[in-house]
Amino acid sequence: MVIGLSVVSLVLLSVYFRESSGGGLHRLQSTGASVLYPFQVAADRVAQPFEDAAGWVGDVFGAKSENERLRAEVERLRQQVVQNQTAVRQNVELRRLLRYRDGPAFPRDYVGVAARIIGRTPGQFEQQVVVAAGSDTGVALNDPVVTGDGLAGKVTRVSRRSSRVTLLTDETSAVSALDLKTNAAGIVRHGVSSGTSLVFDRVTKADVVRPGDVVITAGWRSGRLASIYPRGIPIGAVTYVGQLDTDIYKQIEVDPFVDFSSLDSVIVLVEKPAGKAPPRVPRKGRR
Amino acid sequence: MTADVAKIGLLVFVAAVLQVAVFADVTVLGGEPDILLVTLVAIALRRGPIVGAFAGFFAGLLLDVSLLDTLGLTSLVLILVGYWTGRFGETAAEGRRWAPYAAVAAATFLYLAATLVVHFLIAAPAPARAVLLETMFQVIVLNLLLAWPVYGLVRRLLPGRDPVTLSGGAGVVG
Repeated sequence: MVIGLSVVSLVLLSVYFRESSGGGLHRLQSTGASVLYPFQVAADRVAQPFEDAAGWVGDVFGAKSENERLRAEVERLRQQVVQNQTAVRQNVELRRLLRYRDGPAFPRDYVGVAARIIGRTPGQFEQQVVVAAGSDTGVALNDPVVTGDGLAGKVTRVSRRSSRVTLLTDETSAVSALDLKTNAAGIVRHGVSSGTSLVFDRVTKADVVRPGDVVITAGWRSGRLASIYPRGIPIGAVTYVGQLDTDIYKQIEVDPFVDFSSLDSVIVLVEKPAGKAPPRVPRKGRR
Repeated sequence: MTADVAKIGLLVFVAAVLQVAVFADVTVLGGEPDILLVTLVAIALRRGPIVGAFAGFFAGLLLDVSLLDTLGLTSLVLILVGYWTGRFGETAAEGRRWAPYAAVAAATFLYLAATLVVHFLIAAPAPARAVLLETMFQVIVLNLLLAWPVYGLVRRLLPGRDPVTLSGGAGVVG
């Protein structure tokens, strides 16, 4: 029985790997993800006030002392405060995303699809999240994903109503990048440690890079080939520059602008189809 | 029997949704609690290796579907975890009140190690140092904290055969 189940798993694994992204199992998974989507969203919504309450309760216990009347009032107001804080936090986050989407720094050939994060893979293995926007809203494979602060990652799997985003801090991520001041070119990828620091690799010793310099996406184009990331999206600031006699490249560390530990919402950059109307994109947050 | 299947299905479903949408956000010193794994361990301890393996298959499938992960990957690992825990419950754990905790700690290690191996085999990221040295201890501690309430709940929902005594029971040692 157990061997049978294991064989079924192996068959699923093999077929899933072999088939294209439009294959039967992928379609089945997409349908399954759509069925699970409302449950994920509901659980996320239910948990949000509790997460905020945890932080709020910490502050309350840190205060010196309260008399009985104030305690009763605090009790009454607690629920209201938690709800307000949740709304304010979401509001601030979404306003920041909207400001970025409507601002001059937003890439011209793209429309932004704002999406909440509704799931995370186990962080020990991969730095990936599931967002509440899928092919229904025009999201496609390899679409860049940003926040108001800068580049967050790219879409690596798409279902109808949700997509999987591989973050910049994942082991498999790499972005061609430039030093905004000096134009030194290289590749930004995950750091050696398991934290969120990045390295700006493949920068030759002849190039000039200084601590504090801002690193942006290079957005190169070579004939019909082009980077999936548009030029000019901020990635992070250089924190360390070093070089060894034995190494042909500089050793540069970059602190990303995006706070990956508290990522709540993102914008997926959907390329405007040439000569066609842009895909249906909601003007507000997806939730 | 049918009621049991429905309860186990519901338990696994709720745990999977909670894991993906809520518990994956909780990070303590780099470790994340895994309520789905703890629930699976509790089910396997209560109902044995075959049910444990089936529950593991179902749990893995739910996780892979909701996270748009490679289908079958997590199922394969959780079948192993469910089966092993069930066998542990039938043999070494009988009557021992510490058994759920030992099972959760061992199953967490088994799950992380097996996932690393499977990831390595399919050329997916397999950061062994980060998983085994930097976060495993935290994950085990967090899962142990979940073990008491989760096992208590599962014992209430799946009464009857009681191979393991969690606390206060007159467990027979031997």
